[in-house]
Amino acid sequence: MLGARKRVTLIPNEWSVGKLVTMTTTDAAEVPPPHTPDGLQEHFDATIARDQRVEPRDWMPDGYRKTLIRQIAQHAHSEIIGMQPEGEWITRAPSLRRKAILFAKVQDEAGHGLYLYSAAETLGADRDDLTQRLIEGRQKYSSIFNYPTLGFADVGVIGWFVDGAAICNQVPLCRSSYGPYARAMVRICKEESFHQRQGYELLMTMMRGTDAQREMVQDAVNRWWWPSLMMFGPPDDASPNSARSMAWKIKRHSNDELRRRFVDMTVPQAEKLGVTLPDPELRWNEESGHHDFGTPDWDELMRVIKGDGPCNDRRMERRRTAHEEGAWVREAATAHAAKQAARAEKGTAA
Amino acid sequence: MTPENPRDPEKQGWPLYEVFVRGNRGLNHVHVGSLHAADDAMALTHARDLYTRRNEGVSIWVVRSEHIAASTRDEKDPFFAPSADKVYRHPTFYDIPDDVPHI
Repeated sequence: MLGARKRVTLIPNEWSVGKLVTMTTTDAAEVPPPHTPDGLQEHFDATIARDQRVEPRDWMPDGYRKTLIRQIAQHAHSEIIGMQPEGEWITRAPSLRRKAILFAKVQDEAGHGLYLYSAAETLGADRDDLTQRLIEGRQKYSSIFNYPTLGFADVGVIGWFVDGAAICNQVPLCRSSYGPYARAMVRICKEESFHQRQGYELLMTMMRGTDAQREMVQDAVNRWWWPSLMMFGPPDDASPNSARSMAWKIKRHSNDELRRRFVDMTVPQAEKLGVTLPDPELRWNEESGHHDFGTPDWDELMRVIKGDGPCNDRRMERRRTAHEEGAWVREAATAHAAKQAARAEKGTAA
Repeated sequence: MTPENPRDPEKQGWPLYEVFVRGNRGLNHVHVGSLHAADDAMALTHARDLYTRRNEGVSIWVVRSEHIAASTRDEKDPFFAPSADKVYRHPTFYDIPDDVPHI
Protein backbone atom coordinates (compact mmCIF):
# COMPACT_ATOMS: atom_id res chain seq x y z
CA MET A 1 0.00 0.00 0.00
CA LEU A 2 2.82 2.38 0.72
CA GLY A 3 4.44 1.52 -2.58
CA ALA A 4 6.99 -1.16 -3.33
CA ARG A 5 10.10 0.96 -3.42
CA LYS A 6 13.33 -0.80 -2.72
CA ARG A 7 15.16 1.96 -0.99
CA VAL A 8 14.84 2.13 2.76
CA THR A 9 13.77 5.55 3.84
CA LEU A 10 13.07 7.18 7.15
CA ILE A 11 12.68 10.56 8.66
CA PRO A 12 14.50 12.68 9.04
CA ASN A 13 17.55 10.97 7.67
CA GLU A 14 16.51 9.39 4.46
CA TRP A 15 13.75 10.07 2.10
CA SER A 16 11.25 8.10 0.16
CA VAL A 17 11.23 8.23 -3.56
CA GLY A 18 8.32 10.43 -4.40
CA LYS A 19 7.60 12.41 -7.47
CA LEU A 20 8.62 15.99 -7.15
CA VAL A 21 6.04 18.28 -5.79
CA THR A 22 4.87 20.80 -8.33
CA MET A 23 5.94 24.33 -7.61
CA THR A 24 2.75 26.28 -7.26
CA THR A 25 3.18 28.91 -4.59
CA THR A 26 4.70 32.35 -4.68
CA ASP A 27 8.22 31.04 -4.65
CA ALA A 28 7.58 29.22 -7.90
CA ALA A 29 8.70 32.37 -9.66
CA GLU A 30 12.04 31.92 -7.96
CA VAL A 31 12.85 28.59 -9.55
CA PRO A 32 15.84 29.33 -11.72
CA PRO A 33 15.75 28.83 -15.47
CA PRO A 34 17.39 25.61 -16.71
CA HIS A 35 20.53 27.50 -17.68
CA THR A 36 21.47 29.47 -14.65
CA PRO A 37 23.71 32.43 -15.16
CA ASP A 38 27.27 31.80 -14.09
CA GLY A 39 27.99 32.34 -10.48
CA LEU A 40 24.75 31.15 -8.90
CA GLN A 41 26.02 27.65 -8.19
CA GLU A 42 29.29 29.08 -6.88
CA HIS A 43 27.42 31.51 -4.70
CA PHE A 44 25.27 28.68 -3.31
CA ASP A 45 28.32 26.48 -2.69
CA ALA A 46 30.07 29.34 -0.91
CA THR A 47 27.03 29.94 1.30
CA ILE A 48 27.07 26.28 2.35
CA ALA A 49 30.84 26.30 2.82
CA ARG A 50 30.64 29.36 5.08
CA ASP A 51 28.00 27.55 7.15
CA GLN A 52 25.47 30.24 6.34
CA ARG A 53 21.79 29.46 5.85
CA VAL A 54 20.09 29.13 2.52
CA GLU A 55 16.82 31.09 2.50
CA PRO A 56 13.64 30.57 0.48
CA ARG A 57 14.22 33.15 -2.20
CA ASP A 58 17.86 32.22 -2.83
CA TRP A 59 18.87 30.31 -5.89
CA MET A 60 19.48 26.65 -5.05
CA PRO A 61 20.22 23.54 -7.09
CA ASP A 62 17.17 21.57 -8.10
CA GLY A 63 18.38 18.47 -6.28
CA TYR A 64 18.78 20.42 -3.06
CA ARG A 65 15.22 21.72 -3.32
CA LYS A 66 13.78 18.30 -4.16
CA THR A 67 15.69 16.55 -1.39
CA LEU A 68 14.50 19.11 1.14
CA ILE A 69 10.87 18.97 0.04
CA ARG A 70 10.90 15.18 0.33
CA GLN A 71 12.64 15.21 3.69
CA ILE A 72 10.53 17.96 5.24
CA ALA A 73 7.27 16.51 3.86
CA GLN A 74 8.08 13.07 5.18
CA HIS A 75 8.99 14.57 8.51
CA ALA A 76 5.70 16.52 8.59
CA HIS A 77 3.69 13.43 7.67
CA SER A 78 5.39 11.54 10.50
CA GLU A 79 4.32 14.15 13.03
CA ILE A 80 0.73 14.01 11.77
CA ILE A 81 0.50 10.20 11.69
CA GLY A 82 2.40 10.18 14.99
CA MET A 83 -0.65 11.67 16.69
CA GLN A 84 -2.51 8.39 16.30
CA PRO A 85 -0.69 5.79 18.43
CA GLU A 86 -0.86 7.96 21.54
CA GLY A 87 -4.10 9.69 20.62
CA GLU A 88 -5.80 6.33 20.98
CA TRP A 89 -5.05 6.49 24.71
CA ILE A 90 -6.45 9.94 25.44
CA THR A 91 -9.89 8.58 26.33
CA ARG A 92 -8.35 5.80 28.41
CA ALA A 93 -5.71 7.75 30.32
CA PRO A 94 -5.81 6.68 33.96
CA SER A 95 -6.13 10.16 35.47
CA LEU A 96 -7.11 13.68 34.53
CA ARG A 97 -3.47 14.71 34.89
CA ARG A 98 -2.30 12.09 32.38
CA LYS A 99 -5.18 12.92 30.07
CA ALA A 100 -4.33 16.62 30.04
CA ILE A 101 -0.64 15.86 29.42
CA LEU A 102 -1.44 13.48 26.58
CA PHE A 103 -3.79 16.01 25.01
CA ALA A 104 -1.08 18.65 25.08
CA LYS A 105 1.46 16.26 23.64
CA VAL A 106 -0.73 15.13 20.76
CA GLN A 107 -1.59 18.77 20.05
CA ASP A 108 2.15 19.50 19.90
CA GLU A 109 2.60 16.74 17.31
CA ALA A 110 -0.04 18.42 15.16
CA GLY A 111 1.79 21.71 15.65
CA HIS A 112 5.11 20.16 14.63
CA GLY A 113 3.52 18.80 11.48
CA LEU A 114 2.22 22.27 10.64
CA TYR A 115 5.57 24.02 11.29
CA LEU A 116 7.14 21.57 8.88
CA TYR A 117 4.47 21.85 6.18
CA SER A 118 4.98 25.59 6.46
CA ALA A 119 8.73 25.12 5.87
CA ALA A 120 8.04 22.83 2.88
CA GLU A 121 5.81 25.48 1.37
CA THR A 122 8.66 28.00 1.33
CA LEU A 123 10.30 25.67 -1.20
CA GLY A 124 7.31 25.77 -3.52
CA ALA A 125 5.44 22.71 -2.27
CA ASP A 126 1.67 22.97 -2.09
CA ARG A 127 -0.09 22.04 1.16
CA ASP A 128 -3.08 20.28 -0.42
CA ASP A 129 -0.76 18.38 -2.69
CA LEU A 130 1.34 17.18 0.27
CA THR A 131 -1.77 16.02 2.14
CA GLN A 132 -2.95 14.21 -0.96
CA ARG A 133 0.42 12.49 -1.35
CA LEU A 134 0.27 11.21 2.21
CA ILE A 135 -3.30 9.99 1.89
CA GLU A 136 -2.58 8.20 -1.36
CA GLY A 137 0.54 6.61 0.07
CA ARG A 138 2.84 8.37 -2.39
CA GLN A 139 4.93 9.91 0.38
CA LYS A 140 5.94 8.06 3.49
CA TYR A 141 6.16 8.67 7.21
CA SER A 142 8.37 7.16 9.87
CA SER A 143 8.01 3.38 10.18
CA ILE A 144 7.82 3.65 13.99
CA PHE A 145 4.19 4.76 13.91
CA ASN A 146 3.11 1.51 12.29
CA TYR A 147 3.51 -0.32 15.58
CA PRO A 148 0.55 -0.66 17.97
CA THR A 149 0.20 0.91 21.42
CA LEU A 150 -1.07 -2.08 23.40
CA GLY A 151 -1.07 -0.62 26.90
CA PHE A 152 -0.69 2.67 28.74
CA ALA A 153 2.97 1.91 29.40
CA ASP A 154 3.43 2.22 25.64
CA VAL A 155 2.59 5.91 25.95
CA GLY A 156 5.49 6.30 28.38
CA VAL A 157 7.89 4.27 26.27
CA ILE A 158 7.01 6.25 23.15
CA GLY A 159 7.87 9.45 25.00
CA TRP A 160 11.12 7.99 26.29
CA PHE A 161 12.36 6.07 23.22
CA VAL A 162 10.59 7.53 20.21
CA ASP A 163 10.78 11.16 21.28
CA GLY A 164 14.27 10.51 22.63
CA ALA A 165 15.33 9.17 19.24
CA ALA A 166 13.61 12.10 17.57
CA ILE A 167 15.62 14.49 19.75
CA CYS A 168 18.89 12.75 18.71
CA ASN A 169 17.87 13.15 15.09
CA GLN A 170 16.50 16.63 15.34
CA VAL A 171 18.92 18.57 17.52
CA PRO A 172 21.57 18.52 14.75
CA LEU A 173 18.87 19.56 12.27
CA CYS A 174 18.57 22.86 14.11
CA ARG A 175 21.82 23.65 12.23
CA SER A 176 20.52 22.37 8.90
CA SER A 177 21.59 24.54 5.98
CA TYR A 178 18.03 25.45 4.96
CA GLY A 179 16.86 28.34 7.16
CA PRO A 180 13.12 27.65 7.47
CA TYR A 181 13.75 23.96 8.21
CA ALA A 182 16.36 24.75 10.85
CA ARG A 183 14.06 27.31 12.49
CA ALA A 184 11.15 24.86 12.57
CA MET A 185 13.46 22.32 14.21
CA VAL A 186 14.43 24.81 16.92
CA ARG A 187 10.77 25.19 17.91
CA ILE A 188 10.18 21.45 17.70
CA CYS A 189 13.20 20.51 19.80
CA LYS A 190 12.12 22.83 22.59
CA GLU A 191 8.80 21.01 22.76
CA GLU A 192 10.18 17.49 22.36
CA SER A 193 11.97 17.82 25.64
CA PHE A 194 8.59 17.96 27.43
CA HIS A 195 7.52 14.88 25.45
CA GLN A 196 10.48 12.82 26.49
CA ARG A 197 10.33 13.85 30.13
CA GLN A 198 6.61 13.19 30.53
CA GLY A 199 7.18 9.69 29.11
CA TYR A 200 10.03 8.90 31.46
CA GLU A 201 8.14 10.30 34.44
CA LEU A 202 5.10 8.16 33.52
CA LEU A 203 7.32 5.07 33.47
CA MET A 204 8.96 5.95 36.79
CA THR A 205 5.49 6.19 38.30
CA MET A 206 4.53 2.78 36.94
CA MET A 207 7.80 1.24 38.14
CA ARG A 208 6.93 2.37 41.66
CA GLY A 209 3.58 0.57 41.32
CA THR A 210 2.62 -3.11 41.34
CA ASP A 211 4.45 -6.06 39.80
CA ALA A 212 1.85 -6.10 37.04
CA GLN A 213 2.63 -2.45 36.22
CA ARG A 214 6.37 -3.13 36.18
CA GLU A 215 5.73 -6.01 33.81
CA MET A 216 3.72 -3.74 31.53
CA VAL A 217 6.67 -1.34 31.37
CA GLN A 218 9.18 -4.09 30.62
CA ASP A 219 6.88 -5.55 27.97
CA ALA A 220 6.50 -2.17 26.27
CA VAL A 221 10.28 -1.65 26.41
CA ASN A 222 10.81 -5.05 24.79
CA ARG A 223 8.43 -4.26 21.95
CA TRP A 224 9.58 -0.70 21.22
CA TRP A 225 13.36 -0.99 21.57
CA TRP A 226 14.23 -2.39 18.15
CA PRO A 227 11.71 -0.36 16.16
CA SER A 228 13.14 2.72 17.92
CA LEU A 229 16.68 1.86 16.77
CA MET A 230 15.30 1.51 13.25
CA MET A 231 14.08 5.11 13.38
CA PHE A 232 17.60 6.25 12.51
CA GLY A 233 17.31 4.60 9.12
CA PRO A 234 19.35 1.92 7.42
CA PRO A 235 23.04 1.41 8.21
CA ASP A 236 25.34 3.95 6.60
CA ASP A 237 26.56 1.58 3.89
CA ALA A 238 22.95 1.08 2.77
CA SER A 239 21.98 4.72 2.87
CA PRO A 240 22.80 5.97 -0.61
CA ASN A 241 21.65 9.59 -0.28
CA SER A 242 23.28 10.33 3.05
CA ALA A 243 26.58 11.53 1.62
CA ARG A 244 24.93 14.09 -0.60
CA SER A 245 22.67 15.36 2.18
CA MET A 246 25.70 15.72 4.41
CA ALA A 247 27.63 17.58 1.73
CA TRP A 248 24.71 19.99 1.48
CA LYS A 249 24.64 20.20 5.28
CA ILE A 250 20.95 19.31 5.26
CA LYS A 251 21.99 16.44 7.46
CA ARG A 252 24.84 16.70 9.97
CA HIS A 253 25.50 13.16 11.24
CA SER A 254 25.25 9.69 9.76
CA ASN A 255 22.48 7.23 10.67
CA ASP A 256 24.82 4.91 12.55
CA GLU A 257 26.41 7.79 14.44
CA LEU A 258 23.00 9.01 15.65
CA ARG A 259 21.87 5.48 16.49
CA ARG A 260 24.94 4.95 18.65
CA ARG A 261 24.40 8.29 20.35
CA PHE A 262 20.82 7.21 21.18
CA VAL A 263 21.98 3.91 22.66
CA ASP A 264 24.67 5.62 24.76
CA MET A 265 22.09 8.10 26.02
CA THR A 266 19.40 5.50 26.80
CA VAL A 267 21.36 2.76 28.57
CA PRO A 268 21.94 4.68 31.83
CA GLN A 269 18.32 5.87 31.77
CA ALA A 270 17.17 2.23 31.54
CA GLU A 271 19.37 1.33 34.51
CA LYS A 272 17.90 4.13 36.60
CA LEU A 273 14.41 3.08 35.64
CA GLY A 274 15.10 -0.55 36.45
CA VAL A 275 14.25 -2.12 33.10
CA THR A 276 16.29 -4.36 30.80
CA LEU A 277 16.90 -3.45 27.19
CA PRO A 278 16.19 -6.57 25.08
CA ASP A 279 19.61 -6.94 23.46
CA PRO A 280 21.98 -9.68 24.69
CA GLU A 281 24.85 -8.07 22.76
CA LEU A 282 24.48 -4.73 24.52
CA ARG A 283 27.52 -3.88 26.61
CA TRP A 284 29.92 -1.03 27.32
CA ASN A 285 33.04 -0.99 25.19
CA GLU A 286 35.84 0.60 27.17
CA GLU A 287 38.03 0.95 24.11
CA SER A 288 35.59 2.80 21.86
CA GLY A 289 33.97 4.71 24.72
CA HIS A 290 30.57 3.66 23.41
CA HIS A 291 28.15 0.77 23.78
CA ASP A 292 28.29 -2.21 21.47
CA PHE A 293 24.84 -3.38 20.48
CA GLY A 294 23.07 -5.88 18.24
CA THR A 295 21.84 -5.35 14.70
CA PRO A 296 18.20 -4.41 14.17
CA ASP A 297 16.20 -6.65 11.85
CA TRP A 298 16.55 -4.64 8.65
CA ASP A 299 14.21 -7.01 6.80
CA GLU A 300 11.50 -6.06 9.27
CA LEU A 301 12.20 -2.39 8.63
CA MET A 302 11.87 -2.97 4.89
CA ARG A 303 8.60 -4.82 5.35
CA VAL A 304 7.11 -2.09 7.53
CA ILE A 305 8.21 0.62 5.11
CA LYS A 306 6.69 -1.25 2.21
CA GLY A 307 3.35 -1.24 3.99
CA ASP A 308 3.42 -4.55 5.77
CA GLY A 309 3.75 -3.35 9.36
CA PRO A 310 1.21 -4.18 12.06
CA CYS A 311 -0.70 -0.90 11.72
CA ASN A 312 0.06 0.61 8.30
CA ASP A 313 -3.45 0.14 6.95
CA ARG A 314 -5.08 1.39 10.11
CA ARG A 315 -2.97 4.56 10.24
CA MET A 316 -3.60 5.42 6.61
CA GLU A 317 -7.30 4.66 6.85
CA ARG A 318 -7.64 6.87 9.90
CA ARG A 319 -5.84 9.76 8.23
CA ARG A 320 -7.92 9.41 5.08
CA THR A 321 -11.17 9.28 7.04
CA ALA A 322 -10.24 12.34 9.09
CA HIS A 323 -9.50 14.25 5.89
CA GLU A 324 -12.73 13.20 4.19
CA GLU A 325 -14.92 13.75 7.21
CA GLY A 326 -13.41 17.19 7.72
CA ALA A 327 -14.16 18.26 4.16
CA TRP A 328 -17.50 19.88 5.03
CA VAL A 329 -15.85 21.98 7.73
CA ARG A 330 -13.26 23.28 5.30
CA GLU A 331 -15.93 24.01 2.71
CA ALA A 332 -18.20 25.72 5.22
CA ALA A 333 -15.37 27.96 6.41
CA THR A 334 -14.52 28.88 2.83
CA ALA A 335 -18.18 29.68 2.10
CA HIS A 336 -18.45 31.75 5.28
CA ALA A 337 -15.30 33.70 4.40
CA ALA A 338 -16.64 34.36 0.89
CA LYS A 339 -19.98 35.56 2.27
CA GLN A 340 -18.32 37.88 4.78
CA ALA A 341 -16.03 39.27 2.09
CA ALA A 342 -19.00 39.89 -0.22
CA ARG A 343 -20.92 41.65 2.57
CA ALA A 344 -17.95 43.83 3.41
CA GLU A 345 -17.61 44.80 -0.24
CA LYS A 346 -21.30 45.65 -0.49
CA GLY A 347 -20.98 47.72 2.66
CA THR A 348 -18.14 49.82 1.29
CA ALA A 349 -19.87 50.17 -2.10
CA ALA A 350 -23.10 51.47 -0.53
CA MET B 1 -5.64 16.51 -10.42
CA THR B 2 -5.92 12.76 -10.45
CA PRO B 3 -8.93 10.75 -11.65
CA GLU B 4 -9.29 9.16 -8.20
CA ASN B 5 -9.51 12.56 -6.59
CA PRO B 6 -11.22 15.00 -8.86
CA ARG B 7 -10.67 18.29 -7.13
CA ASP B 8 -12.51 21.44 -7.82
CA PRO B 9 -9.83 24.11 -8.15
CA GLU B 10 -12.28 26.56 -6.56
CA LYS B 11 -12.40 24.47 -3.43
CA GLN B 12 -8.70 23.89 -3.20
CA GLY B 13 -7.21 24.92 0.06
CA TRP B 14 -7.42 28.00 2.19
CA PRO B 15 -5.09 30.89 1.41
CA LEU B 16 -1.64 31.03 2.96
CA TYR B 17 -0.96 33.58 5.71
CA GLU B 18 2.37 34.70 7.14
CA VAL B 19 2.47 35.02 10.92
CA PHE B 20 4.37 37.64 12.95
CA VAL B 21 4.55 37.46 16.73
CA ARG B 22 5.61 40.09 19.28
CA GLY B 23 7.33 37.98 21.90
CA ASN B 24 7.17 40.59 24.63
CA ARG B 25 6.35 44.22 25.15
CA GLY B 26 9.22 46.31 23.83
CA LEU B 27 10.10 43.93 21.01
CA ASN B 28 9.31 44.02 17.30
CA HIS B 29 6.94 41.55 15.73
CA VAL B 30 9.03 38.76 14.21
CA HIS B 31 8.10 36.42 11.40
CA VAL B 32 7.56 32.92 12.82
CA GLY B 33 6.07 30.93 9.95
CA SER B 34 2.91 30.51 7.97
CA LEU B 35 -0.45 28.78 8.07
CA HIS B 36 -3.61 28.31 6.05
CA ALA B 37 -6.94 29.83 7.05
CA ALA B 38 -10.23 30.69 5.39
CA ASP B 39 -10.14 34.33 6.53
CA ASP B 40 -8.28 36.82 8.71
CA ALA B 41 -10.15 35.97 11.91
CA MET B 42 -9.44 32.27 11.54
CA ALA B 43 -5.82 33.01 10.68
CA LEU B 44 -5.45 34.85 13.99
CA THR B 45 -6.93 32.06 16.10
CA HIS B 46 -4.92 29.43 14.21
CA ALA B 47 -1.79 31.51 14.72
CA ARG B 48 -2.50 31.68 18.44
CA ASP B 49 -3.00 27.91 18.65
CA LEU B 50 -0.03 27.06 16.47
CA TYR B 51 2.65 29.60 17.37
CA THR B 52 1.87 30.68 20.94
CA ARG B 53 1.03 27.50 22.86
CA ARG B 54 3.64 28.35 25.49
CA ASN B 55 3.38 32.10 26.06
CA GLU B 56 5.54 32.91 23.06
CA GLY B 57 3.64 36.08 22.26
CA VAL B 58 1.69 39.09 23.42
CA SER B 59 0.55 40.23 19.98
CA ILE B 60 0.09 38.59 16.59
CA TRP B 61 -0.06 39.96 13.05
CA VAL B 62 -1.23 37.82 10.15
CA VAL B 63 -1.10 38.84 6.51
CA ARG B 64 -1.99 37.01 3.34
CA SER B 65 1.30 35.80 1.85
CA GLU B 66 0.30 37.09 -1.59
CA HIS B 67 0.15 40.62 -0.18
CA ILE B 68 3.80 40.67 0.80
CA ALA B 69 6.12 42.40 -1.60
CA ALA B 70 9.67 41.10 -1.28
CA SER B 71 13.07 42.02 -2.63
CA THR B 72 14.71 39.71 -5.12
CA ARG B 73 15.99 36.34 -4.25
CA ASP B 74 19.51 36.69 -3.13
CA GLU B 75 21.44 39.05 -0.93
CA LYS B 76 24.09 39.04 -3.64
CA ASP B 77 21.63 40.94 -5.79
CA PRO B 78 22.68 44.47 -6.84
CA PHE B 79 19.51 45.66 -5.10
CA PHE B 80 21.56 45.90 -1.92
CA ALA B 81 24.70 47.29 -3.52
CA PRO B 82 23.99 50.93 -2.55
CA SER B 83 24.19 50.01 1.12
CA ALA B 84 27.68 48.60 0.77
CA ASP B 85 29.46 51.52 -0.90
CA LYS B 86 28.84 54.29 1.60
CA VAL B 87 31.44 53.63 4.24
CA TYR B 88 31.01 57.16 5.57
CA ARG B 89 27.66 56.06 7.02
CA HIS B 90 29.49 54.11 9.69
CA PRO B 91 30.97 55.70 12.79
CA THR B 92 34.24 53.81 12.30
CA PHE B 93 34.85 55.81 9.09
CA TYR B 94 35.92 58.81 11.15
CA ASP B 95 39.34 59.08 12.81
CA ILE B 96 39.08 60.65 16.22
CA PRO B 97 42.12 60.81 18.51
CA ASP B 98 41.98 58.32 21.40
CA ASP B 99 42.20 61.06 24.02
CA VAL B 100 38.93 62.69 23.04
CA PRO B 101 36.45 61.46 25.68
CA HIS B 102 32.94 60.08 25.17
CA ILE B 103 32.89 59.96 21.38
